[in-house]
Amino acid sequence: MAQVIHASTLDTVPAEAVRPAGQPRLEPAPDGQRPRFDRGLLAPALKDALRKLSPRHMAGNPVMFLVEIGALFTTLILIADLLGWSGALGLRPGQGGAGFVAAISAWLWFTVVFANGAEAIAEGRGKAQASALRRTRSGTMAKVLVDGRRDRIERRPSSVLHAGDVVLVEAGDVIPSDGEVTGGIALVSEAAVTGESAPVLKEPGTDTSSSVTGGTEVVSDWLTIRITAEPGQTFLDRMIALVEGAARQKTPNEIALNILLAGLTIIFLIVVVTLAPLARYAQAPASLTVLIALLVTLIPTTIGALLSAIGIAGMDRLVQRNVLAMSGRAVEAAGDVDVLLLDKTGTITYGNRMASEFVPAPGVAPETIVRAALRSSMADTTPEGKSIVALANQLGQSMSPDELSGAEFVPFSAETRMSGMRLDGRATMKGAVDAIDVVLGAMPPAIRQVADEIAGRGGTPLAVIDGGQALGVIHLKDTVKPGMRERFAELRRMGIRTIMITGDNPLTARTIAAEAGVDDFVAQARPEDKIRIIREQQAEGRLVAMTGDGTNDAPALAQADVGMAMNTGTMAAKEAANMVDLDSDPTKLIDVVAIGKQLLMTRGALTTFSIANDVAKYFAILPAMFGVSYGIDGQHGLAFLNVMRLTSPQSAILSAIIFNALIIVALIPLALRGVAYRPLGAAALLRRNLFIYGLGGIVAPFIGIKVIDLLLTIAGWH
Amino acid sequence: MTAIGAVQLVVYLLILAAIVRPLGAYLARVFTGERLLLSSVLGPVERGIYRVSGVDAAAEMRWTTYAVAMLLFNCCGVVLLYALQRLQHGLSLNPMDLDNVAPRLAFNTAVSFVTNTNWQAYAGESTVSYLTQMAGLTVQNFVSAATGLAIAIALVRGFARHSARQIGNFWVDLVRGTLYVLLPISVIGCIVLVALGVPQTLHGSVTATGLTGARQLIVVGPVASQEVIKELGTNGGGFFNANSAHPFENPTPLSNLLEMVLILAIPAALTYTFGKMVGNTRQGWAIFATMAILFVVGVLVATVAEQHGNDLFRALHIDQTASHLSAGGNMEGKEVRFGINSSALFAVITTVASCGAVNAMHDSFTPLGGLIPLANIGLGEVIFGGVGAGLYGILLYAVAAIFIAGLMVGRTPEYLGKKIEPYDVKMTMLALLILPLVILGFAGVTVITRTGLASVLNPGPHGLSEILYAFTSGVGNNGSAFAGLSANTPFYDLTMGIAMLAGRFLMIVPILALAGSLAAKKRLTATAGTFPTTGPLWVGLLAGVILIVGAVTYVPAYSLGPIVEQRQMTTGVTFDASTFGTTPYQAVPQAPASVP
Repeated sequence: MAQVIHASTLDTVPAEAVRPAGQPRLEPAPDGQRPRFDRGLLAPALKDALRKLSPRHMAGNPVMFLVEIGALFTTLILIADLLGWSGALGLRPGQGGAGFVAAISAWLWFTVVFANGAEAIAEGRGKAQASALRRTRSGTMAKVLVDGRRDRIERRPSSVLHAGDVVLVEAGDVIPSDGEVTGGIALVSEAAVTGESAPVLKEPGTDTSSSVTGGTEVVSDWLTIRITAEPGQTFLDRMIALVEGAARQKTPNEIALNILLAGLTIIFLIVVVTLAPLARYAQAPASLTVLIALLVTLIPTTIGALLSAIGIAGMDRLVQRNVLAMSGRAVEAAGDVDVLLLDKTGTITYGNRMASEFVPAPGVAPETIVRAALRSSMADTTPEGKSIVALANQLGQSMSPDELSGAEFVPFSAETRMSGMRLDGRATMKGAVDAIDVVLGAMPPAIRQVADEIAGRGGTPLAVIDGGQALGVIHLKDTVKPGMRERFAELRRMGIRTIMITGDNPLTARTIAAEAGVDDFVAQARPEDKIRIIREQQAEGRLVAMTGDGTNDAPALAQADVGMAMNTGTMAAKEAANMVDLDSDPTKLIDVVAIGKQLLMTRGALTTFSIANDVAKYFAILPAMFGVSYGIDGQHGLAFLNVMRLTSPQSAILSAIIFNALIIVALIPLALRGVAYRPLGAAALLRRNLFIYGLGGIVAPFIGIKVIDLLLTIAGWH
Repeated sequence: MTAIGAVQLVVYLLILAAIVRPLGAYLARVFTGERLLLSSVLGPVERGIYRVSGVDAAAEMRWTTYAVAMLLFNCCGVVLLYALQRLQHGLSLNPMDLDNVAPRLAFNTAVSFVTNTNWQAYAGESTVSYLTQMAGLTVQNFVSAATGLAIAIALVRGFARHSARQIGNFWVDLVRGTLYVLLPISVIGCIVLVALGVPQTLHGSVTATGLTGARQLIVVGPVASQEVIKELGTNGGGFFNANSAHPFENPTPLSNLLEMVLILAIPAALTYTFGKMVGNTRQGWAIFATMAILFVVGVLVATVAEQHGNDLFRALHIDQTASHLSAGGNMEGKEVRFGINSSALFAVITTVASCGAVNAMHDSFTPLGGLIPLANIGLGEVIFGGVGAGLYGILLYAVAAIFIAGLMVGRTPEYLGKKIEPYDVKMTMLALLILPLVILGFAGVTVITRTGLASVLNPGPHGLSEILYAFTSGVGNNGSAFAGLSANTPFYDLTMGIAMLAGRFLMIVPILALAGSLAAKKRLTATAGTFPTTGPLWVGLLAGVILIVGAVTYVPAYSLGPIVEQRQMTTGVTFDASTFGTTPYQAVPQAPASVP
């Protein structure tokens, strides 16, 4: 029985083999650890918050607009009161007099400013990024080829370039707009857009390396480029608009939530407006100030104030991870995804066949085959060869340069189908079993048996010979990236199925699918199969996400509910997708799903919290308003509802208003960061979040209002 | 709560739960057009009706057509019923020679019966002729219930279908609901009621000579036939003014039980129909469980409050404990035949449904005991609810609850595979706005107008409770009343008429729009990531949303009515109406530390 050396503990992988497309610019820190408040952003945010008080801006947010109107009214009441007009206008200053009205009025204004501040802070981060991007764009002069001739060049600002123009770019030039390479060959640095510092090769006639992005810089040589984007429509333009939030439109979900909030606001408006005559009937007339205070505390101001900040911050979280979503709608859709369609190669596996074990022939010591395999691959620069060296090193075998002096490298050729090295006339080779068989004349049956078994499991066997003796077999296989299995298990818990797509034969596909733990796989898939699978899944009522980079992926990317294109991909793919990953890391789709879910959860959590808050506010304000009604007071009246034992009616109402304003500030970090996200099933998530934000929403204001009331009382304000 | 009260509640719930499945499955078959046992008998009648009225039974309608058909039908109903009352004096079947009904009252009554409210601003036996009762009121009792049933089924179809434009045919739903559901049950129920002692005759009143020799006019008539549909169709309009407290409408505890079962039979069964039609009966049972929990809470609070009695009596050393000799508690306004348990249970049943039949005077309940019926209607009668209306009402809350909390699972909220989108939220909120707008709006207007206040016989908190109850009952299409409000005045006839129309049709139209929108959507497959709408968590959430939305809407108004009144009672203070505004209350001696 052949001894098997496992490499299951293999954890170091040659870096080059891992990320053909380049390293990400920024490794995302685990959520919640990154500081969210940048102090430098606070001052401009405050200025923005005040500027946003204009009714034109406020009208988009009915809840906060109502608060602003309330603030305006109380201010007018205060002015009328101070001027002594309130009697003439029939206004009751209310219990507590002008000081009370002034305090309510001030805190109402704070409430509006806090809400605008939350939005401004969320926007501020994107604005800083946008201005950096804008700098790369502005002032670029393009060298346009007149009639396509390189000897007739006309200089034009990049802002007037149209699709179809052909431009020349040379070393040191910034590429003026998006386009296709039509001639030349050059290294281009895409650092300005992707943050990736290593330049990439651009040449005409290929799928992915022929498209260039405006704003990137030619490092060496020259290119001619046919412009494909109209002015203002370039990738960079869209990116600026996105991070700046200028192109931000309310998503369907946000609109629906706004309608719900507006509906609740109308109900509370009815409650408060009709309470005025009822209170008069009960001989407990309420002043306008108190009614406005009641209205503001009841309407869902917490979520109303933070709603747009949550949306902006969600987009921002994607940008932080180098993903550009073309619309907020796409981010939300990511949260809804049921099925992930993933390419095997490059997404689930490294895409290169890598050494996983060495199987020695009977009677051969394990060290012998490992050393032979190592020797045969020392000069081999293919990913396979490197992986053999890495695995051998891991098993404790290495070779010093001295041992290699005078060695002659035998590269792989199509005729011999083997490679290796010759040293002192002794050839150490590795190659396809049949090829080695030819050299050897007769392959030992034990080795052939092992080789057949490996092939049967979807792997690739390479036979190793040293000095004419067959030593054993190297098992090469497509390696699943570390951590994928756990991620798929995570997705399964969230109710998301993964489907692996591969061109491999069913046997290989099955092996990889089992190893990676995907739910389903499609073997021998052709590019056009993707769109068919997406349509099938959609017809069964599922939402599908996929990644892609080639032009032939474009229809599927467009058909998918969430399509994420790689930045290294073609323009066609990027156009069709609703997201672009600047790091070109397909596994990031999983992060995008998490961000989408987190965005929706944050909205839901704050909505629930906001509505649950109302219970405590009633216990603060109703006894304050109706402690004396129908002439009944004391223990016979509604004072028994004052379960928080608040000091006075005025302090109770003011405490509720202050709590209402401060809770917005307190929740800004949560709105920007998003609620803690855990990959759980919906039932577990709901139980957890209902407990925290539902029950917490009922309890928190009781404590908060009581504390504020105590502080007011200590400060002598009651 | 006494032991017998608890037993009665359990028995009632068991009977109700036993009915749900067979009746619910039957309803599903009726409305999916399947052939039924009764088809051989009623099939020709059904087809005959379609032929005579020119209805193409195979043609389905979009929601707009469905809504127009429904509105047209009900509009004709109002006109016909109005005409019948205005002309009854000259028409046949009027043995007591009753005069034509006055225009204002005729309008109020027509609206009241067409909207399934059966608010009666008149005394039935002395105002309307047999012809009006039978050809007018009783017909509306059937078709208004069938209308509610049709709307609920249309909404269920919205959830059950996908990528569809149509939500059914209103005429077919109306005819099948009446013919295969309401009529057969009514016939059987009527016979049982007659057996239990309810009169059913077309002869006029009977004259009897009492023991003292005094001659007495005893009004009888076709009572049993109206009685059964009054409950089954959650109509509530009694043949007699005293409604189900009258011994001819409700002679025995057994007839009382039967009537209570009839009220909630269809509303409870519809939850199963819902589950069946959307392909997952657990969805229906979740709704049933939500309703049952809220129902039991209401019954417990009301019964305990009534059994507890009046603290002011306790201060006067009046024994209010239940014993073999005395019902104890608060017996004011209750029939001795039924006592506290059956009265409180009936009161909750009739107000969780849009029925409004009463066997006790809700006005005489303790403030807390009276708050339960008021709140039941105010919540929208979604705890079982009216025929059809209960189901579509709670489904609105379900959509709202899904939207408020559903985002917390990190997906666009979806219910039964249907994504809840802006249009759906808009229609849901429109429908949910109607109740607070009408109840609080009209109550607010009433308390600041001279004409509104003139009808209030009990100023102070109880007067406010009566005003709130009237409009709540009107807009909720319940029809029960707190007495103590002179409601047959121009002001109330008009405002109540508007309230009843708004509560019915301003709710139905957005609901049909929602049904149309839902039917057109794709259906998404449920996964582990889908918001669960079957387990206890969902039941708790839905019940919580119903209670919280109800509480934030009505607590301010209720605090100035029943809540402050209850507080006064428990702290030993009476409200002196004659001095309201000057010295509004007087303390009575406080209860001694130990009460015998």
